[in-house]
Amino acid sequence: MNVNVPPEALSNAPHPAEWPKDTLTRVPYWVYQSPDVFVLEQQRLFEGPVWNFLCLEAEVAKPGDYRVTQVGSMPVVVARDLDDEIYAFENRCAHRGALIVLDGGGHARDFTCVYHAWNYDLKGNLKAVAFEDGVNGKGGMARTFCRSDHGPRKLRIALFAGLVFGSLSDDVPPVEEYLGDEVGAKIKRVLHKPVVVTGRSTQMLPNNWKLYFENVKDTYHASLLHTFFTTFRINRLSQRGGLVISPNGGSHASFSYVDKANTDHDYSAMGIRSEKDDFALKDPTLLDTVDEFGDGCHMQILSVFPNLVLQQIHSALAIRQVLPKGIDRTALNWTTFGFADDTPEMKRRRLVHNNLAGPAGYVSMEDGAVGGFVQRGIATAGGEQAVLEMGGAEAVAEGTRATEASVRGFWKCYRAQMGI
Amino acid sequence: MAEAITLERILALQAAYIRCIDNGELERWPGFFADRCLYKITSSENHRSGLDAGIIYADTRDMLLDRVTSLRQANVYEKQAYRHIVGLPSIVRQGADEAETETPFLVVRIMHDGESSIFATGVYLDVVRLQGDTLKFAQRVAVCDSSRVDTLMALPL
Repeated sequence: MNVNVPPEALSNAPHPAEWPKDTLTRVPYWVYQSPDVFVLEQQRLFEGPVWNFLCLEAEVAKPGDYRVTQVGSMPVVVARDLDDEIYAFENRCAHRGALIVLDGGGHARDFTCVYHAWNYDLKGNLKAVAFEDGVNGKGGMARTFCRSDHGPRKLRIALFAGLVFGSLSDDVPPVEEYLGDEVGAKIKRVLHKPVVVTGRSTQMLPNNWKLYFENVKDTYHASLLHTFFTTFRINRLSQRGGLVISPNGGSHASFSYVDKANTDHDYSAMGIRSEKDDFALKDPTLLDTVDEFGDGCHMQILSVFPNLVLQQIHSALAIRQVLPKGIDRTALNWTTFGFADDTPEMKRRRLVHNNLAGPAGYVSMEDGAVGGFVQRGIATAGGEQAVLEMGGAEAVAEGTRATEASVRGFWKCYRAQMGI
Repeated sequence: MAEAITLERILALQAAYIRCIDNGELERWPGFFADRCLYKITSSENHRSGLDAGIIYADTRDMLLDRVTSLRQANVYEKQAYRHIVGLPSIVRQGADEAETETPFLVVRIMHDGESSIFATGVYLDVVRLQGDTLKFAQRVAVCDSSRVDTLMALPL
């Protein structure tokens, strides 16, 4: 299928909307609107040579633990088998295609489809077919039926710093290479010891999934759309920032940190320097920050193509999983976490800092709506294009966050996967 | 000796609380809470699983004042309003100056373009306490039946 042209329904716009091959600075709006693109993304991208984030290792900690998740639109079960290895398979019975697992997760010895009781082990192997030999010598499966020929599709698994990734492709590079050294190091920096899940929620976004993933990578918008820190006159001038992008363009980390010279005496106080009492935080514990990673970095937003965000905003730690639910609908699955050795004081600090992020987050709630503003704004603009020229035309990190390099990196990776 | 905590006083507190939010008088909202308080929004799934984190967490009234300032001055969201429908409270524990109640709620969100939708349903797990002669929330934990939030949660429940 040639998708490098606007679909018929969108092609009444005045401009030709071929996607220019030689630049990353333009994005045609039909890519957020086309049913053809949505279908191809599942085939070429989510089921292609990428590593999809599935869940945390801590969520399938013991043999028999399982969680349901998705690879794009594909329902998936992740389970830890009795051999202590993690497996993932399509949540689809080999018989008639019904979901094998109906709940969100738990503990099991095996799985049985409710429809006709076909039974699977924790690896997703078909182990038993009800009435396989018939009843009283009648009925039953043909003698030629071989259970091992039937089963849901299985995923390759890669573990990285407690993250469980899955892929349906045999051609996907090793996860370390896929992430690149710089992004990999930024993941390990946060996930450096055993984690404990502290809460989950789902934010339903009224927009195409790509608009959210771009937003996460868009270091340009942060201080312009999110005015919480500036409104409360929180002095951030002493902070330095940076950006790293994976070699394939698809993954990134942006971060800011306080100069080491200031940290000893100034770190906890940096948050609250209000000149006008009206806009001082009445309870400054929201920004009662400790340098828990020992490097002065108080904020790091990291993405892994195509569906993972790892967040550290002060001590608010979270995984955000981005899942398409339709052309203009996206589920953002939030999993907040702490560490197994958190003190009661640290647990409370994380609870307080969690107010900065999430569906009601002081510095993130706008991200839940802004994708919808775009989706609505481009309603009849399938033939028009977005402009991504901030910081040049490349997808290479520079020493600034006033750039759209990371967004261009997303499109570089996306177009390579999609072949458009 | 302060007056006892009666069902009538609890009802009056509940009614005044939702009237405040639904009328858009957020500045008065923190005033329904005791100085030392817990206000939290979470889901029944988190609550059942013993997971502490939720959508909003505040353990001082000052944090509620900060949230109002942020919503008024900093955060960007389309104009919207809530209509709370609150059911009858069950008094699950009653002491001399404190009572624990559970009250079901339904919140319809009305967007500026007129689109109305059921935004949240759930139960308030409250501890009400007499502070002087006035009844205040020492705890209000809004446990939402669903873990899903549509778009964003700007206004408090």
